[in-house]
Amino acid sequence: MRTPLSRIRGLGAAHHGTEHFWLQRLTAAANVLLLVVLLGIVVTLVGRSHATVIATLSRPLIAVLLVAAVISVAIHMRLGMQIIIEDYVHSEFRKVVLLMLNTFFCWGVGLSCIYAVLKISFGP
Amino acid sequence: MVELTLPKNSRVAEGKTWPKPEGAANLEELRVYRYDPDSDANPRIDTYYVDRDDCGPMVLDALIWIKNNVDPTLTFRRSCREGICGSCSMNIDGTNTLACTCGMDEINGTVKIYPLPHMAVVKDLVPDLTGFYAQHASIEPWLKTTTPEPSAEWKQSHEDREKLDGLYECILCACCSASCPSYWWNSERFLGPAILLQAQRWIVDSRDEATGERLDDLEDPFRLYRCHTIMNCANTCPKGLNPAKAIAEIKKKLVTRQL
Repeated sequence: MRTPLSRIRGLGAAHHGTEHFWLQRLTAAANVLLLVVLLGIVVTLVGRSHATVIATLSRPLIAVLLVAAVISVAIHMRLGMQIIIEDYVHSEFRKVVLLMLNTFFCWGVGLSCIYAVLKISFGP
Repeated sequence: MVELTLPKNSRVAEGKTWPKPEGAANLEELRVYRYDPDSDANPRIDTYYVDRDDCGPMVLDALIWIKNNVDPTLTFRRSCREGICGSCSMNIDGTNTLACTCGMDEINGTVKIYPLPHMAVVKDLVPDLTGFYAQHASIEPWLKTTTPEPSAEWKQSHEDREKLDGLYECILCACCSASCPSYWWNSERFLGPAILLQAQRWIVDSRDEATGERLDDLEDPFRLYRCHTIMNCANTCPKGLNPAKAIAEIKKKLVTRQL
Protein backbone atom coordinates (compact mmCIF):
# COMPACT_ATOMS: atom_id res chain seq x y z
CA MET A 1 0.00 0.00 0.00
CA ARG A 2 1.67 3.23 -1.19
CA THR A 3 0.41 6.78 -0.93
CA PRO A 4 -0.43 8.53 -4.23
CA LEU A 5 2.55 10.89 -3.77
CA SER A 6 4.95 7.99 -3.19
CA ARG A 7 3.60 6.28 -6.32
CA ILE A 8 4.01 9.42 -8.42
CA ARG A 9 7.53 10.15 -7.12
CA GLY A 10 8.44 6.55 -7.96
CA LEU A 11 12.19 6.03 -8.30
CA GLY A 12 12.83 9.77 -8.67
CA ALA A 13 14.00 11.80 -11.65
CA ALA A 14 16.51 10.15 -13.98
CA HIS A 15 18.34 13.48 -14.44
CA HIS A 16 18.79 12.88 -18.13
CA GLY A 17 16.74 13.19 -21.29
CA THR A 18 17.91 16.64 -22.33
CA GLU A 19 20.78 15.17 -24.36
CA HIS A 20 18.32 12.88 -26.16
CA PHE A 21 16.00 15.82 -26.84
CA TRP A 22 18.84 18.02 -28.13
CA LEU A 23 20.43 15.29 -30.27
CA GLN A 24 17.07 14.54 -31.89
CA ARG A 25 16.68 18.20 -32.92
CA LEU A 26 20.33 18.43 -33.99
CA THR A 27 20.06 15.34 -36.25
CA ALA A 28 16.70 16.60 -37.57
CA ALA A 29 18.35 19.84 -38.70
CA ALA A 30 21.30 17.92 -40.15
CA ASN A 31 18.91 15.55 -41.95
CA VAL A 32 17.19 18.44 -43.74
CA LEU A 33 20.50 19.56 -45.27
CA LEU A 34 22.02 16.12 -45.86
CA LEU A 35 18.89 14.59 -47.39
CA VAL A 36 18.64 17.49 -49.84
CA VAL A 37 22.24 16.69 -50.85
CA LEU A 38 21.43 12.96 -51.05
CA LEU A 39 18.33 13.60 -53.20
CA GLY A 40 20.34 15.94 -55.43
CA ILE A 41 22.97 13.24 -55.99
CA VAL A 42 20.34 10.58 -56.74
CA VAL A 43 18.47 12.86 -59.17
CA THR A 44 21.63 13.80 -61.08
CA LEU A 45 22.62 10.13 -61.37
CA VAL A 46 19.29 8.90 -62.75
CA GLY A 47 19.85 7.29 -66.18
CA ARG A 48 23.67 7.61 -65.99
CA SER A 49 25.97 4.68 -66.69
CA HIS A 50 27.32 2.42 -63.91
CA ALA A 51 30.83 3.80 -64.42
CA THR A 52 29.61 7.42 -63.98
CA VAL A 53 27.76 6.51 -60.78
CA ILE A 54 30.85 4.80 -59.34
CA ALA A 55 33.06 7.73 -60.35
CA THR A 56 30.67 10.27 -58.76
CA LEU A 57 30.30 8.34 -55.50
CA SER A 58 34.07 7.91 -55.32
CA ARG A 59 34.62 11.66 -55.09
CA PRO A 60 35.76 12.44 -51.51
CA LEU A 61 33.29 15.25 -50.80
CA ILE A 62 30.29 13.19 -51.99
CA ALA A 63 31.40 10.09 -50.08
CA VAL A 64 31.88 12.12 -46.87
CA LEU A 65 28.44 13.76 -47.27
CA LEU A 66 26.82 10.35 -47.83
CA VAL A 67 28.48 8.86 -44.74
CA ALA A 68 27.40 11.92 -42.73
CA ALA A 69 23.81 11.47 -43.99
CA VAL A 70 23.82 7.79 -43.02
CA ILE A 71 25.14 8.54 -39.51
CA SER A 72 22.67 11.39 -38.94
CA VAL A 73 19.67 9.41 -40.22
CA ALA A 74 20.62 6.28 -38.26
CA ILE A 75 20.97 8.23 -34.99
CA HIS A 76 17.70 10.07 -35.65
CA MET A 77 15.94 6.79 -36.46
CA ARG A 78 17.14 5.17 -33.24
CA LEU A 79 16.08 8.16 -31.10
CA GLY A 80 12.65 8.39 -32.78
CA MET A 81 11.89 4.70 -32.48
CA GLN A 82 13.06 4.73 -28.84
CA ILE A 83 10.45 7.42 -28.10
CA ILE A 84 7.71 5.37 -29.77
CA ILE A 85 8.66 2.23 -27.82
CA GLU A 86 8.77 4.14 -24.52
CA ASP A 87 5.41 5.75 -25.29
CA TYR A 88 3.46 2.63 -26.13
CA VAL A 89 5.15 -0.45 -24.63
CA HIS A 90 4.52 -0.68 -20.92
CA SER A 91 5.80 -4.16 -20.04
CA GLU A 92 9.34 -3.56 -18.70
CA PHE A 93 10.73 -6.79 -20.18
CA ARG A 94 9.26 -6.20 -23.64
CA LYS A 95 10.37 -2.58 -23.55
CA VAL A 96 14.01 -3.43 -22.73
CA VAL A 97 14.11 -6.13 -25.44
CA LEU A 98 12.63 -3.78 -28.05
CA LEU A 99 15.00 -0.95 -27.07
CA MET A 100 17.95 -3.35 -27.51
CA LEU A 101 16.66 -4.58 -30.87
CA ASN A 102 16.11 -0.99 -31.96
CA THR A 103 19.72 -0.11 -31.16
CA PHE A 104 21.05 -3.23 -32.93
CA PHE A 105 18.89 -2.58 -36.00
CA CYS A 106 19.90 1.08 -36.36
CA TRP A 107 23.59 0.30 -35.83
CA GLY A 108 23.27 -2.57 -38.36
CA VAL A 109 21.61 -0.40 -40.99
CA GLY A 110 24.05 2.47 -40.39
CA LEU A 111 27.21 0.33 -40.51
CA SER A 112 26.01 -1.56 -43.61
CA CYS A 113 25.35 1.69 -45.47
CA ILE A 114 28.71 3.16 -44.44
CA TYR A 115 30.46 -0.03 -45.57
CA ALA A 116 28.68 0.19 -48.96
CA VAL A 117 29.65 3.84 -49.46
CA LEU A 118 33.27 3.17 -48.50
CA LYS A 119 33.47 0.09 -50.72
CA ILE A 120 32.20 2.08 -53.72
CA SER A 121 34.43 5.00 -52.80
CA PHE A 122 37.67 3.03 -52.37
CA GLY A 123 36.99 0.57 -55.20
CA PRO A 124 36.75 -3.21 -55.21
CA MET B 1 0.84 -2.01 -24.58
CA VAL B 2 -1.42 0.81 -25.47
CA GLU B 3 -5.14 -0.06 -25.26
CA LEU B 4 -7.14 0.68 -28.38
CA THR B 5 -10.39 -0.91 -27.22
CA LEU B 6 -12.22 -0.56 -23.95
CA PRO B 7 -12.14 -3.50 -21.51
CA LYS B 8 -15.37 -5.53 -21.53
CA ASN B 9 -16.74 -4.04 -18.31
CA SER B 10 -16.14 -0.49 -19.56
CA ARG B 11 -18.01 -0.74 -22.85
CA VAL B 12 -20.77 1.81 -22.93
CA ALA B 13 -24.34 0.58 -23.47
CA GLU B 14 -27.47 2.46 -24.51
CA GLY B 15 -29.23 3.64 -21.34
CA LYS B 16 -32.57 5.03 -20.36
CA THR B 17 -34.45 7.76 -22.22
CA TRP B 18 -36.04 9.98 -19.57
CA PRO B 19 -39.46 11.50 -20.28
CA LYS B 20 -39.70 14.93 -21.87
CA PRO B 21 -40.86 17.70 -19.53
CA GLU B 22 -44.58 18.28 -19.92
CA GLY B 23 -45.70 21.39 -21.78
CA ALA B 24 -42.17 22.43 -22.76
CA ALA B 25 -41.92 24.11 -26.16
CA ASN B 26 -38.17 24.66 -26.30
CA LEU B 27 -36.39 21.36 -25.66
CA GLU B 28 -32.67 20.53 -25.56
CA GLU B 29 -31.57 16.90 -25.84
CA LEU B 30 -28.63 15.77 -23.70
CA ARG B 31 -26.92 12.40 -23.85
CA VAL B 32 -25.01 11.83 -20.62
CA TYR B 33 -22.55 9.12 -19.53
CA ARG B 34 -23.72 7.25 -16.46
CA TYR B 35 -21.75 4.82 -14.32
CA ASP B 36 -22.75 3.48 -10.94
CA PRO B 37 -19.88 1.84 -9.00
CA ASP B 38 -22.37 0.13 -6.68
CA SER B 39 -23.81 -2.01 -9.47
CA ASP B 40 -21.99 -4.47 -11.69
CA ALA B 41 -23.58 -2.95 -14.79
CA ASN B 42 -21.52 -1.46 -17.59
CA PRO B 43 -21.61 2.32 -18.10
CA ARG B 44 -24.54 3.60 -20.14
CA ILE B 45 -25.64 6.72 -22.01
CA ASP B 46 -28.89 8.21 -20.70
CA THR B 47 -30.95 10.65 -22.76
CA TYR B 48 -32.51 13.66 -21.03
CA TYR B 49 -34.63 16.54 -22.28
CA VAL B 50 -34.27 19.96 -20.72
CA ASP B 51 -36.83 22.78 -20.89
CA ARG B 52 -34.68 25.64 -22.21
CA ASP B 53 -37.30 28.21 -21.15
CA ASP B 54 -36.93 27.10 -17.54
CA CYS B 55 -33.15 26.63 -17.52
CA GLY B 56 -30.01 28.77 -17.72
CA PRO B 57 -27.94 28.87 -20.92
CA MET B 58 -24.90 26.84 -19.87
CA VAL B 59 -24.38 23.07 -19.92
CA LEU B 60 -23.91 23.15 -16.14
CA ASP B 61 -27.32 24.84 -15.81
CA ALA B 62 -28.81 21.95 -17.78
CA LEU B 63 -27.13 19.33 -15.57
CA ILE B 64 -28.35 21.09 -12.42
CA TRP B 65 -31.83 21.35 -13.97
CA ILE B 66 -31.81 17.59 -14.65
CA LYS B 67 -30.64 16.84 -11.11
CA ASN B 68 -33.35 19.07 -9.62
CA ASN B 69 -36.22 18.13 -11.90
CA VAL B 70 -35.62 14.75 -13.53
CA ASP B 71 -32.96 12.49 -12.02
CA PRO B 72 -31.46 13.31 -8.58
CA THR B 73 -28.95 10.44 -8.93
CA LEU B 74 -27.00 12.18 -11.72
CA THR B 75 -23.58 12.90 -10.20
CA PHE B 76 -21.13 15.64 -11.16
CA ARG B 77 -18.79 18.13 -9.49
CA ARG B 78 -19.59 21.82 -9.54
CA SER B 79 -18.99 24.84 -7.35
CA CYS B 80 -18.36 28.39 -8.56
CA ARG B 81 -20.34 28.25 -11.84
CA GLU B 82 -18.12 30.97 -13.32
CA GLY B 83 -15.00 29.19 -14.59
CA ILE B 84 -12.72 29.84 -11.63
CA CYS B 85 -12.86 26.68 -9.50
CA GLY B 86 -12.30 24.06 -12.21
CA SER B 87 -14.69 21.57 -10.60
CA CYS B 88 -17.08 20.98 -13.50
CA SER B 89 -14.49 19.93 -16.10
CA MET B 90 -15.87 17.22 -18.37
CA ASN B 91 -15.93 16.17 -22.01
CA ILE B 92 -18.68 18.09 -23.79
CA ASP B 93 -19.34 17.57 -27.49
CA GLY B 94 -15.94 15.88 -27.86
CA THR B 95 -13.90 18.58 -26.12
CA ASN B 96 -12.69 18.79 -22.54
CA THR B 97 -14.05 21.98 -21.07
CA LEU B 98 -15.90 23.51 -18.13
CA ALA B 99 -19.64 22.87 -18.11
CA CYS B 100 -20.22 26.26 -16.48
CA THR B 101 -18.60 28.29 -19.27
CA CYS B 102 -19.84 26.16 -22.18
CA GLY B 103 -23.10 27.44 -23.59
CA MET B 104 -25.65 24.99 -25.00
CA ASP B 105 -26.04 27.32 -27.98
CA GLU B 106 -22.38 26.70 -28.89
CA ILE B 107 -23.19 23.07 -29.63
CA ASN B 108 -24.85 21.86 -32.80
CA GLY B 109 -27.54 19.23 -32.14
CA THR B 110 -27.55 16.91 -29.15
CA VAL B 111 -25.29 17.81 -26.23
CA LYS B 112 -23.06 14.79 -25.55
CA ILE B 113 -21.44 14.72 -22.11
CA TYR B 114 -18.78 12.30 -20.84
CA PRO B 115 -16.35 12.44 -17.92
CA LEU B 116 -12.76 13.55 -18.63
CA PRO B 117 -11.23 10.86 -20.85
CA HIS B 118 -8.75 8.21 -19.77
CA MET B 119 -9.27 8.73 -16.06
CA ALA B 120 -10.83 6.27 -13.66
CA VAL B 121 -14.47 7.17 -13.08
CA VAL B 122 -15.70 7.47 -9.49
CA LYS B 123 -19.33 7.91 -10.56
CA ASP B 124 -21.10 9.34 -13.62
CA LEU B 125 -19.20 12.52 -14.57
CA VAL B 126 -16.80 12.46 -11.61
CA PRO B 127 -13.26 11.33 -12.48
CA ASP B 128 -10.70 10.18 -9.93
CA LEU B 129 -8.14 13.01 -9.71
CA THR B 130 -6.06 11.50 -6.88
CA GLY B 131 -3.01 10.90 -9.11
CA PHE B 132 -3.37 14.32 -10.72
CA TYR B 133 -3.33 16.07 -7.34
CA ALA B 134 -0.39 13.93 -6.16
CA GLN B 135 1.51 15.02 -9.28
CA HIS B 136 0.74 18.62 -8.42
CA ALA B 137 2.05 18.08 -4.87
CA SER B 138 5.19 16.42 -6.30
CA ILE B 139 6.38 19.64 -7.98
CA GLU B 140 6.18 21.43 -4.59
CA PRO B 141 4.01 24.32 -5.77
CA TRP B 142 5.06 26.91 -3.24
CA LEU B 143 7.74 29.60 -2.92
CA LYS B 144 11.06 28.04 -1.89
CA THR B 145 13.79 30.31 -0.51
CA THR B 146 17.00 30.04 1.52
CA THR B 147 17.56 33.76 2.02
CA PRO B 148 16.10 34.77 5.43
CA GLU B 149 12.53 35.92 5.02
CA PRO B 150 12.24 39.73 4.78
CA SER B 151 10.32 41.56 7.47
CA ALA B 152 7.71 42.69 4.94
CA GLU B 153 7.06 40.84 1.68
CA TRP B 154 9.31 39.36 -1.03
CA LYS B 155 9.67 42.12 -3.61
CA GLN B 156 8.99 41.57 -7.30
CA SER B 157 9.35 44.03 -10.17
CA HIS B 158 6.44 44.66 -12.52
CA GLU B 159 8.43 43.04 -15.35
CA ASP B 160 9.06 39.89 -13.31
CA ARG B 161 5.42 39.75 -12.26
CA GLU B 162 4.40 39.87 -15.91
CA LYS B 163 6.36 36.66 -16.52
CA LEU B 164 3.71 34.82 -14.50
CA ASP B 165 0.93 35.90 -16.86
CA GLY B 166 -0.44 32.95 -18.81
CA LEU B 167 0.64 30.64 -15.98
CA TYR B 168 -0.95 31.81 -12.73
CA GLU B 169 -4.45 31.69 -14.27
CA CYS B 170 -4.46 27.88 -14.38
CA ILE B 171 -7.30 26.52 -12.23
CA LEU B 172 -6.14 22.88 -12.28
CA CYS B 173 -9.32 21.64 -13.95
CA ALA B 174 -7.29 18.85 -15.66
CA CYS B 175 -8.92 19.45 -19.07
CA CYS B 176 -5.49 19.70 -20.73
CA SER B 177 -3.92 16.67 -19.07
CA ALA B 178 -6.98 14.53 -19.88
CA SER B 179 -6.73 15.61 -23.54
CA CYS B 180 -3.06 14.66 -23.91
CA PRO B 181 -2.33 11.28 -25.57
CA SER B 182 1.08 11.15 -23.87
CA TYR B 183 -0.69 11.52 -20.53
CA TRP B 184 -3.24 8.85 -21.48
CA TRP B 185 -0.51 6.27 -22.13
CA ASN B 186 1.87 7.24 -19.31
CA SER B 187 -0.10 9.08 -16.62
CA GLU B 188 1.83 7.28 -13.87
CA ARG B 189 5.16 8.76 -14.98
CA PHE B 190 4.48 11.75 -17.25
CA LEU B 191 3.46 14.80 -15.21
CA GLY B 192 1.14 16.09 -17.94
CA PRO B 193 0.54 19.60 -19.27
CA ALA B 194 -1.31 21.08 -16.30
CA ILE B 195 1.33 20.12 -13.75
CA LEU B 196 4.22 21.12 -16.02
CA LEU B 197 2.58 24.52 -16.56
CA GLN B 198 2.37 24.83 -12.77
CA ALA B 199 6.04 23.84 -12.51
CA GLN B 200 6.96 26.55 -15.00
CA ARG B 201 4.93 29.04 -12.91
CA TRP B 202 7.39 28.46 -10.02
CA ILE B 203 10.48 28.15 -12.22
CA VAL B 204 9.97 31.64 -13.67
CA ASP B 205 8.96 33.24 -10.37
CA SER B 206 11.75 35.77 -9.68
CA ARG B 207 11.29 35.35 -5.90
CA ASP B 208 11.89 31.58 -5.95
CA GLU B 209 15.42 30.37 -5.13
CA ALA B 210 15.03 26.71 -6.08
CA THR B 211 14.99 27.01 -9.89
CA GLY B 212 17.89 24.59 -10.36
CA GLU B 213 16.38 21.96 -8.04
CA ARG B 214 13.03 22.30 -9.78
CA LEU B 215 14.70 21.73 -13.16
CA ASP B 216 16.65 18.77 -11.72
CA ASP B 217 13.42 17.15 -10.59
CA LEU B 218 11.84 17.57 -14.02
CA GLU B 219 14.81 16.36 -16.07
CA ASP B 220 13.53 12.89 -16.82
CA PRO B 221 12.56 11.06 -20.03
CA PHE B 222 9.08 10.44 -18.61
CA ARG B 223 8.25 13.30 -16.22
CA LEU B 224 8.92 15.98 -18.86
CA TYR B 225 10.08 14.56 -22.17
CA ARG B 226 6.94 12.51 -22.90
CA CYS B 227 5.53 15.81 -24.20
CA HIS B 228 5.73 15.65 -28.00
CA THR B 229 4.10 19.05 -28.58
CA ILE B 230 0.82 17.53 -29.75
CA MET B 231 -0.89 20.79 -28.66
CA ASN B 232 -4.22 19.25 -27.59
CA CYS B 233 -3.60 20.96 -24.24
CA ALA B 234 -3.53 24.45 -25.76
CA ASN B 235 -6.54 23.67 -27.97
CA THR B 236 -8.73 22.49 -25.12
CA CYS B 237 -7.75 24.78 -22.21
CA PRO B 238 -10.98 26.53 -21.14
CA LYS B 239 -8.92 29.43 -19.77
CA GLY B 240 -7.12 29.99 -23.09
CA LEU B 241 -3.68 29.10 -21.67
CA ASN B 242 -0.86 27.39 -23.55
CA PRO B 243 0.69 24.57 -21.49
CA ALA B 244 2.67 23.34 -24.53
CA LYS B 245 4.52 26.67 -24.62
CA ALA B 246 5.23 26.45 -20.88
CA ILE B 247 6.67 22.96 -21.38
CA ALA B 248 8.78 24.18 -24.31
CA GLU B 249 10.16 26.92 -22.04
CA ILE B 250 11.18 24.32 -19.45
CA LYS B 251 12.94 22.25 -22.14
CA LYS B 252 14.67 25.38 -23.39
CA LYS B 253 16.00 26.11 -19.89
CA LEU B 254 17.30 22.55 -19.55
CA VAL B 255 19.11 22.80 -22.90
CA THR B 256 20.42 26.28 -22.08
CA ARG B 257 22.04 25.20 -18.82
CA GLN B 258 23.94 22.46 -20.68
CA LEU B 259 25.23 24.53 -23.59
